[in-house]
Amino acid sequence: MKKLGLSTLTLGALSLGVLALGSANAATVIKIASMSPLTGSSSDLGLQIRNATELAIRDNKSAFTALGFDLQFVAYDDQADPTTGTANARRIAADNSILAMVGTLNSGVVIPSSEVLAPSHVAIVSPANTNPKVTDRGLANMNRICARDDSQGPAGADYLVSTLKAKRVYVLNDKTPYGQGLADAAEAFMKTKSATIVASEGTEEKSDFSSIIGKIKASKADAIYFGGLYGQVGPFSKQLREAGVSIPVMGGDGYDSPDLLSLAGAGAKDIYFTTVAPPLTAVPAARVLSSRYNAAYKKPLAGFGIMGYDSAKVVISGVLSAIKANGNKLPTRTQVETAIRGTKLSAGLLTGAIDFNSVGDRTSAKMYIIQVKNSAAGKLDFSTAGTVTVKSSKQ
Amino acid sequence: MENFVTGILINGLLIGTLYAIIALGYTMVYGVLQLINFAHSEVFLTGGVVAFEIFRVLSPAPGAEPGTGMNPYLVFAVALVTAIVVCGALNIVIERLAYRPLRNAPKLVPLISAIGVSLILQDVIKLLEGFQGRFQLAVNVPGAFTRTVFTVADTNVKGIDLTLLIVAAVMLFGLNRLVNHSRVGRAIRAVAQDRVTAGLMGIDSNRMISLTFLIGGALGGVGGVLFALKFPNLDPYSGTIPGIKAFSAAVLGGIGSIPGAVLGGLVLGIIENFLGSLSGLVFIFPKLAFLGAIKAEYKDVGAFIALIVILIFKPSGLLGRNATEKV
Amino acid sequence: MTASLLRPKKAGPDAPDRTLWLVAYTLLTGLLLFWGSGRLDPGTKFNSVVLSFVFAAFLGSLLLAYQWRANGAVKVLVGVFVLIFVVPDIGRGNGSFFDLAIQMCIFAALALGLNIVVGQAGLLDLGYVAFFAVGAYLWGIFGSGQFQGIVKSDLPFVPLGVGDWLIPLLLTLAGVAGYLWMKAIDRAHPGSLKPRGGQRAARAFSVLLIVIGVVGILVLVATLINAAITSHYNGQPAALSALASGINPNFFWLFIILAVAVAAIAGVLIGLPVLKLKGDYLAIVTLGLGEVIRVFANNLTKYTSGPQGISGVTTAPVSLLDKLAGALGFPPEQFKLFFLYFLVLLVIGVVITVNVRLSRSNIGRAWVAIREDEIAAQAMGVPLVRTKIMAFATGASFAGVMGVIFAAKQQFISPESFTFFQSISVLTMVILGGMGNIAGVILGAAVVTLLNLSILTALSETLQALPNFNSNLDPAKYNRLIFGAILVLMMLFRPEGLLPSARQKIMMHENDDTDPALDSLNDDGAIGGALGTGAPGMPDVTSPGQATSAENTPIDRTGGRQ
Repeated sequence: MKKLGLSTLTLGALSLGVLALGSANAATVIKIASMSPLTGSSSDLGLQIRNATELAIRDNKSAFTALGFDLQFVAYDDQADPTTGTANARRIAADNSILAMVGTLNSGVVIPSSEVLAPSHVAIVSPANTNPKVTDRGLANMNRICARDDSQGPAGADYLVSTLKAKRVYVLNDKTPYGQGLADAAEAFMKTKSATIVASEGTEEKSDFSSIIGKIKASKADAIYFGGLYGQVGPFSKQLREAGVSIPVMGGDGYDSPDLLSLAGAGAKDIYFTTVAPPLTAVPAARVLSSRYNAAYKKPLAGFGIMGYDSAKVVISGVLSAIKANGNKLPTRTQVETAIRGTKLSAGLLTGAIDFNSVGDRTSAKMYIIQVKNSAAGKLDFSTAGTVTVKSSKQ
Repeated sequence: MENFVTGILINGLLIGTLYAIIALGYTMVYGVLQLINFAHSEVFLTGGVVAFEIFRVLSPAPGAEPGTGMNPYLVFAVALVTAIVVCGALNIVIERLAYRPLRNAPKLVPLISAIGVSLILQDVIKLLEGFQGRFQLAVNVPGAFTRTVFTVADTNVKGIDLTLLIVAAVMLFGLNRLVNHSRVGRAIRAVAQDRVTAGLMGIDSNRMISLTFLIGGALGGVGGVLFALKFPNLDPYSGTIPGIKAFSAAVLGGIGSIPGAVLGGLVLGIIENFLGSLSGLVFIFPKLAFLGAIKAEYKDVGAFIALIVILIFKPSGLLGRNATEKV
Repeated sequence: MTASLLRPKKAGPDAPDRTLWLVAYTLLTGLLLFWGSGRLDPGTKFNSVVLSFVFAAFLGSLLLAYQWRANGAVKVLVGVFVLIFVVPDIGRGNGSFFDLAIQMCIFAALALGLNIVVGQAGLLDLGYVAFFAVGAYLWGIFGSGQFQGIVKSDLPFVPLGVGDWLIPLLLTLAGVAGYLWMKAIDRAHPGSLKPRGGQRAARAFSVLLIVIGVVGILVLVATLINAAITSHYNGQPAALSALASGINPNFFWLFIILAVAVAAIAGVLIGLPVLKLKGDYLAIVTLGLGEVIRVFANNLTKYTSGPQGISGVTTAPVSLLDKLAGALGFPPEQFKLFFLYFLVLLVIGVVITVNVRLSRSNIGRAWVAIREDEIAAQAMGVPLVRTKIMAFATGASFAGVMGVIFAAKQQFISPESFTFFQSISVLTMVILGGMGNIAGVILGAAVVTLLNLSILTALSETLQALPNFNSNLDPAKYNRLIFGAILVLMMLFRPEGLLPSARQKIMMHENDDTDPALDSLNDDGAIGGALGTGAPGMPDVTSPGQATSAENTPIDRTGGRQ
């Protein structure tokens, strides 16, 4: 009996080997990876990044085929967990056909993952990691096309204080690196501008905001800055408005999803947020992408999808220019890394021209301030309330 | 000042009532099997998902002409009945497949099985809704439930809040009748006390346990529908935290005791809301600036510390009886 | 008895010698692994799913070396071959296997720690990952620039006021008084199993005083240390700027030791108030306390950076080992993994030794005794609370050590790594492998880690390459479902785990053949059988296994395994 077990095992191992041989390949494959949470509570946002990257790669496959390469896409799920993220990063590093990566959603994941990928020179273009630490570590492979917390936070805060004339601001955050970083930056900025911060606190609560709303009422605040994601801000605003508080709520690009409107319902009125992704209604190219995205994935395109698409575009153009610089041969990862850092793109992008400074931040970006208000059709919708151009402090 | 405190009490009472309804499901099962039905948080969430689906299909879409579509109260009734049936059946199936074969195993075994079922259900809900392209579910609550009925001390009391209180009162009364003043209830209590002896008295203990799970699941279903209406924003993982808190409420009140679960839920809801609001006193008494350090984040910490303190001083909970251990 | 692979068990002395088979298996799978990762022929590379399985099969040789009867020297040789030579070498070519191996060892140590609490002492701890967090943050704070930030924010030094030290000192004294009081109560009522009424309230109050006292001591010590540190750096900008990337990294070694102590203290602190609770209550309270620790990590921003996390965590410099790695052809970026891999092997060796020694000691037997029957154990003179606290503290200390190593490996820690689901993952490992059995628990940790970090990821990589693949069907998205299914199926069909300890196996199947509706009657098979046959209205009582259950239970299952 036991011998039978052993021989089964040996047989199994052998057949595995044969199976594996069958899948050996010959063509020159170039892979671009995406990494974002596809499971867990932020999977909705992570899927936007993943799907948009896939879409961009599909769109540009032919350019690679013409040069004799097979461009492939591979998605990794980091589960919003740093440990899984680094494990994935090691897999990416080990797969030599992966030249660059788009991702991630969480700064907490990208920071350790980029440390892992830095020695192997796998370039990362991030659509969503806004924490200053992401690029401030000065890694050669780390770039991002989204605005930093310390430029986005103050931009929103400035609008709140200067345009909306807020005097007493209640600051909230969602206790994620993103939300807290944003809220801290906004709070620091507002303190320099004679506005009173009546309170500043974090909450992981997803459903019952009654105690916070009670405090907001008691504080007589005239505006709220909430660093967080639409999944939390939506229900919060709904309950806030239902409790009879109509003061403006300001936040960052984490609000940028049509789901914000459905989650907040009538409470979405006078929510403001800052983002570098243009509103779908403003840019025709974004509308086209949106309908194609909807057709392919049966979901509406949101801000992170736009950012993901542009990140993938940056990666693809970087790889292409590295191929060209290398005489139409397969470039090394280091060449791709250099090419991506040297990106100068102005056309074909949804979020405006992109070039990176010495640490991988965008040198300048046009930032939209979006307001939720009644559209012509009488429905609550996003509309552009203003634009700001933010420049990075470093060159 | 009065408005602020009244707000805390009212909101605490409402969330406490929700905890109480969920806690009843835990307490029923625990009373009979001495098992923490970890899967109850997902059974109750299933009720919420059922409500989401029913309101999505039967209610007029938001922004539609007022007065069109089905009567909101009728839709609510349909949701309630469907949720009771679905969750009751689900709970029976869970018991049959995952707990019954383990009834004589050491106590840890069914508990771990329950944790497993809870994880499975989370992903099954995710799978089912995921195929329709949804993760976060925004419940289409009819206006009748979100409308403010009256305002007490600057706090709006809405239709759903009144519904919640009425349903909770009916459930408490009905459950108490059922368990303490009916033949079936007597049989359930007999099984809870001593399964073997109850068997000798002609009680089919397996049927009674199934019945308990049916009742527990039905209570969970009702809780889920009310939760979905009060906090119309669900995802596959949003059952866990209310589930843990409701269980804490059941323990707080004395597990196995029906009035205890309700009392525990109310106490927990008020404690929690009070701790979450504590830093707000700064706005009323600027001298209490140190309270500003107690951020809303610590309200869960407070809830658990309250639980531990009660368990140290009164391990059987507020209304539980001290059971002598059978050796 | 079906094929031995699915139900591996330790071979008895009469099993055939399989030295040759073992060597052959190890070499064969090793060869496949080298081949598949493109080391023999650069053109050949296995599909990543297959490669993951081959890696698993190769590690399986360790299991076989453990299970089979074979020449002892050969077993050691296989172990050395696999762990010291092949795994690092495969890791050199493919860093992900290095990372995987380290992560496996970290989880194995965590699972071994939890095994003491759950498997041996029978206390279901659902917040175990909290102790892991304690270790990780301990080194994370001191081994990174975070420490400099904390010191900076405390400067300039303000001498301690009277209240700063007097209040914690008074609390400490209250704790001492509480301890003496508790002792006095216990002395006044010797032998009473269950204190009642006023006595019970007094005892509970004294325990509360002790907890307050312990907190007092901690605050006192922390205040004094804090004052000492701040006064040390006061007006010393040079010394302060030397802290830019943490304290001297050689302190890493000290912190590994320190983590044992700190995590154990955390274990005692958490354990003290809750260990009087019964099983299920304990589960829910530890779950809550695990969350509480995470909430603190999320909110004590000054020390932990809150959700932003701590980055740039260093490790001890080991130039000798680095040189060795360099000489062996490892690229510089893998030096750290190389070091951590061997460190983690060393630590897990120590953990296993401690585990084995403990389980054979008095305290180990006391743990088993309270797991089986608390009251009987107490009656036999096992001090209940002390024994439970020991289990909690020991389990916690393993997690603490691994926390330090985890922080060093990740270089970044944030509260996201210490969620409830992590606790459940570790629990799954213990359950899958076999509660109470050291080899089983390690196997469980290896399987779950492999599944989660390698096989599922590889599977989703492969499936996504398929055209028109619906990403909702990606198995990697449903790891909760998979973990949940493992838990339920194991409980239903093999509650003692893949590699059970003899005792667990007997215990879990004690009542197997009896009908679920009946408990005590069936232990006495004769009565149950007599009543059951044909009694009308009681369909439950008849059971096919009835007649044989009495003789079946003890003899058959213990046969050949003591």
